Amino acid sequence: TLRKELSLYANIRPCFSIPGYETKYNDVNLVTIRENTEGEYSGLEHEVVPGVVESLKVITEKASMRVAEYAFFYAKANNRSKVTAVHKANIMKKADGLFLSCCRKVADKYPEIKYEEKIIDNCCMQLVKDPSQFDVLVMPNLYGDIVSDLCAGLVGGLGLTPSLNVGDGGIALAEAVHGTAPDIAGKDLANPTALLLSSVMMLRHIEMGSYADKIESALLATIAEGKFLTGDLGGKATTTDFTNALCSKM
Amino acid sequence: RLSYRAALELGSPPAAAAAVAAVATRALGTDLSYVPIPGDSQMKTVTLIPGDGIGPEVVKCVERVVETLKAPIKFEKFEVSGANPDGTPRESLPDEVIESLRRNKVCIKGTLWAPLYKENTNTQSLNVMLRKKLDLYVNLVHAYNIPGVKTRHEGGRIDIRIVRENTEGEYSGLEHEVVPGVVESLKIITERNSRRIAEYAFEYATMNNRRKVTAVHKANIMKLGDGQFLSVCRETAKRYPNIEFEEMIVDATCMKLVSNPEHFDVMVTPNLYGNIVCNVAAGLAGGAGVVPGVNVGEDIAIFEQGARHVGRDLIGLDLANPTAMLLSTAMMFRHLQIPMFADRLEAAIITLLAKPQNHTPDIGGKASTSSFMTALLEKL
Repeated sequence: TLRKELSLYANIRPCFSIPGYETKYNDVNLVTIRENTEGEYSGLEHEVVPGVVESLKVITEKASMRVAEYAFFYAKANNRSKVTAVHKANIMKKADGLFLSCCRKVADKYPEIKYEEKIIDNCCMQLVKDPSQFDVLVMPNLYGDIVSDLCAGLVGGLGLTPSLNVGDGGIALAEAVHGTAPDIAGKDLANPTALLLSSVMMLRHIEMGSYADKIESALLATIAEGKFLTGDLGGKATTTDFTNALCSKM
Repeated sequence: RLSYRAALELGSPPAAAAAVAAVATRALGTDLSYVPIPGDSQMKTVTLIPGDGIGPEVVKCVERVVETLKAPIKFEKFEVSGANPDGTPRESLPDEVIESLRRNKVCIKGTLWAPLYKENTNTQSLNVMLRKKLDLYVNLVHAYNIPGVKTRHEGGRIDIRIVRENTEGEYSGLEHEVVPGVVESLKIITERNSRRIAEYAFEYATMNNRRKVTAVHKANIMKLGDGQFLSVCRETAKRYPNIEFEEMIVDATCMKLVSNPEHFDVMVTPNLYGNIVCNVAAGLAGGAGVVPGVNVGEDIAIFEQGARHVGRDLIGLDLANPTAMLLSTAMMFRHLQIPMFADRLEAAIITLLAKPQNHTPDIGGKASTSSFMTALLEKL
């Protein structure tokens, strides 16, 4: 509801391997930018006759241009060198074809940023084989959902994943990707990393990059040190312990 | 002496170690004796469609292997491309190809290229068209890690079989531009196709001694469409009480696949999610070059690579990995009721891939298609 009310049209999820938290993938450093308002999530479905259901996937030029513009703006603002558009236009020629043509139009305006296109199935295979080849990924709603969760799996799961949702007029909503975790609520056990990294994204969005850098490096140093890790990272520290350790580093 | 695969299934370390030692030194002989009915060794005609990209190169490997094995297969080859000579997408396959497929009922096929051509936005990919025309409603992909082929998931045993709906869903090809700049694409889910695919998944699991089927969906968002798929899967599961059934949302599935792939056994999915999941699984198992697949309908089976990539950037470089297509050929031998040839072919491939010098670049090595084939044909 918040997303619809505020027209939050782009969901940005950076995904990077966290030093000190080893997974099978230690060379990940990418950002997924997902169109957040239309596509397969339009909620338009009906049963044509009993046993036959049609679900509508809607792709508009307006929404595709918006998210493509934001992707390239983000890439430039964050010194990213490449944007990859992820699609299935060989099958959904008109819908994903429209998305691609919007991406191409925006790419022409940013000649300094490399642009490539990858079909979603090949993209997923490459992510699993060698995620270091990707930088910024921009895609329609459904693929974005799947790819961003896949990338979260590569670096260690939802406990560490931040996100920023951007809307018209510069509205930004930063939130952790994980849910409310009712089973550990109120017990001082939660890992604040995801929300802290989301705040870092917010600070960069409002151009307070130096503060963002300070918090981020202190946070990563705390995790890399390994002395105060919360339960989900395999440690025994409480939220308070972790935060104290973090603050002492700033 | 146990075959390598049999030893792993039994989970017996000493037997597995002995089998591995046997594999390392020579191709596996087998003690099994297959008793033919008179006439079983008669030539069977199989349609052969090399396709585009690296298809022709790997299909040539298949032909050479079949010849060396002296398997009773005769190929009826059709060299068609997904594109017309001017680069525009081809509208349809020639009637003779379809007739051959209906007649022979078994085919080996490379992927046909589906060019993205600006003017023409109505032509469906020929691969999709073929599957719909012949009602090949199942796409079965078997992703497993091969000892010696390095993946990110060392030590774990990945053995995932994906049963993917192959004719509807997002591949309906029904799209239109409502007003300029607004496109609607229809995803169709029918109860009939959902039922057929769920049934096949559980039947496959039963026939292949599998313990669990996972249904992959996004019914929290597409409540009617994927909801229907899911309820049909649940109904079918009830009739197979010996097989564990679980449901998983597609994004959580992908996340789990990359962090804990051993969790999965048989997966049943609608079309698009199946495409994504089988490519993720293929990536985990070593890539598009090592994973076999097949399209199955009521009476026709078309064997191809599990991850259907055209591989146009590899044309003519002699670097394509024929493993996937050869493992599909082995699956075809079993389908044709001549499993002895499958055993020999698979054993030879597994022996070869245990050694890095036989790895093509897609799996991290320096071998060429030719050097791999020379070694393989020698082994056979």
